[in-house]
Amino acid sequence: MSNQGPKTLFDKIWSEHLVGQREDGTNLLYIDRHLVHEVTSPQAFEGLKISNRPVHRPEATIAVADHNVPTINRQNIEDPQSKIQVETLAKNTKEHGIQYFDLMDQRQGIVHIIGPEQGITQPGMTIVCGDSHTSTHGAFGALAFGIGTSEVEHVLATQTIVQNPAKNMRISVNGELPFGVNSKDLILYIIGKIGTAGGTGHVIEYSGSSIMGLSMEGRMTICNMSIEAGARAGLISPDQTTFNYIKGRPYAPGTEHWDQAVEYWSSLPSDNDANYDHEIVIDSSEIDPMVTWGTSPEDVVSVKGTVPNPRSAKTENKKKSIERSLEYMGLKPGTKITDIKLDKIFIGSCTNGRIEDLRKVASIVKDKKIASHVQAMIVPGSGLVKKQAEEEGIDKILKDAGFEWREAGCSMCLGMNPDQLKPGERCASTSNRNFEGRQGRGGRTHLMSPELAAASAITGNISDIRDFT
Amino acid sequence: MDKFHSLKGIAAPLPIVNIDTDMIIPKQFLKTIKRTGLGVSLFYEMRYDNDGNLIKDFVLNTSPYDQSKILVAGDNFGCGSSREHAPWSLKDFGIRSVISTSFADIFYNNCFQNGILPIVVNPENLDQLMTAAKNQIEFTIDLPEQVIKAGNHLIKFEIEEFRKERLLQGLDDIGITLGYKDKINAYEEDKKNKKPWLFKNN
Repeated sequence: MSNQGPKTLFDKIWSEHLVGQREDGTNLLYIDRHLVHEVTSPQAFEGLKISNRPVHRPEATIAVADHNVPTINRQNIEDPQSKIQVETLAKNTKEHGIQYFDLMDQRQGIVHIIGPEQGITQPGMTIVCGDSHTSTHGAFGALAFGIGTSEVEHVLATQTIVQNPAKNMRISVNGELPFGVNSKDLILYIIGKIGTAGGTGHVIEYSGSSIMGLSMEGRMTICNMSIEAGARAGLISPDQTTFNYIKGRPYAPGTEHWDQAVEYWSSLPSDNDANYDHEIVIDSSEIDPMVTWGTSPEDVVSVKGTVPNPRSAKTENKKKSIERSLEYMGLKPGTKITDIKLDKIFIGSCTNGRIEDLRKVASIVKDKKIASHVQAMIVPGSGLVKKQAEEEGIDKILKDAGFEWREAGCSMCLGMNPDQLKPGERCASTSNRNFEGRQGRGGRTHLMSPELAAASAITGNISDIRDFT
Repeated sequence: MDKFHSLKGIAAPLPIVNIDTDMIIPKQFLKTIKRTGLGVSLFYEMRYDNDGNLIKDFVLNTSPYDQSKILVAGDNFGCGSSREHAPWSLKDFGIRSVISTSFADIFYNNCFQNGILPIVVNPENLDQLMTAAKNQIEFTIDLPEQVIKAGNHLIKFEIEEFRKERLLQGLDDIGITLGYKDKINAYEEDKKNKKPWLFKNN
């Protein structure tokens, strides 16, 4: 990467954070903020202890328990292993002087929800977390990516990471989004188009009028699922929408530094003639509400479509992969997506567990009842999202419709806590992964937007929001 | 970290694309606070039935593949989450190298932190190695020479020099970086002046 010439947003953040080069030719990248949760950190803290190494800059790290936590009866974690993991995080953070939002703290929630909510996430920062959905924070124009536990230990000990630059990919989406189509449909469409390995080795910058017209919540949904397209990080240029969102939040720059920060943030968007290794342009008018039919996020189709036929696959590998998915999902080729009957509805996760998502669901299910054969659960992304929803009366609308109203956490997105699918159960889920067994062994996941999941809860079948009145 | 120099052994064929980290090690095993003991749970849902009995025809449950040191797998191996439990479980089982046409970035990186060598080959070579694995032909992987030998096949592979050195010497990455502590401190001092809001504690 040259220091002269036009730069992308990624190039600018990268060069600002370069501490230097090690003798082995690798780069040391400085990390501004490190988010830590209970599942991927205990071994890192143990490693520090064994080597007798301190945490280099404890105030740059913020910790929260989210993956394991119960969404009911949270005073008591019944699973002894989950309990140990959560207690271990409390102990480790105390020992090293790291800020920790405990389970009774209203600020507790999914790590990728609370970072932005608290104003911890800011443009131009480097942010890491032992969690692949760290890409979410890229919505603010921060370079944010998931790391393994060994790297968590490295960041704790040195506040840097060993890294070589990624390639630049730009996906531009232009035009007004059609009725019924929102950010979740957009990112599912993109993943379907480029595949789950399409972004491997790249940072994806999303741009174009459709993207820049999205709220911060919508932008977070897009960047969140960059990892499902194989990219460790997604990026969106910071703009006035970004600054308005951050201003006044607890960890945001205060008045004494606000203007200086905004001036710097305003210099971050990619230069007009910056060079990308890969460019994709999408016209948003070609996008429908999207639903996954298989066991990979790339197995996606319009809600108006049908389950694909393995015979239509271009390669033998793809054919086998479709056959395997259909067998697991219990689906026959040619079935209309809207003929698929559901057992469960899950609304939540770091992809779609924000206040805007809950408001959309409430507007759709207001004065209606969920189908009698369906169990529907709504898990706010954080304690503060929950509180706000309750202040707006959203909880009442949802409960009246038949939804279970839970405490904040990752919940059934990955089913580490008791919220799981039983074998064969079929779920409309606003989360991010439809892998085999992800939401519970034998469980069948259909990823979709909160709007579609809400409409589907009412009808009991996967439903097109555009047909729903 | 364990060193990796060369490896000789049987390779298990796993001709599935997009093998994700949930498949490699499902969520219920992420509750551990240790790095070890995960080998028995590797590929849990493919290896065991609902009652916890071994599924006899799954490749890693059959002899000689239950002693495999190498996996040959379909494209985009290790996609999904950042859980380092995936390489920990592979290593605990005895797998020290995975061969595929591509790997997800985080998984690829995590392997090197644990003395596991992920090798990228082209689709034609993957087919040859998959067949060799199915025929139970012994593989030899030579890292210094960057070559896989399996029967008549001699396949060269690429690896970044710094990764190769780290595996060969089993280097402690944090120890190396702490050697640059003065540079890190100097960087922080500079940024405290230029971007003070990043150092303000609320």
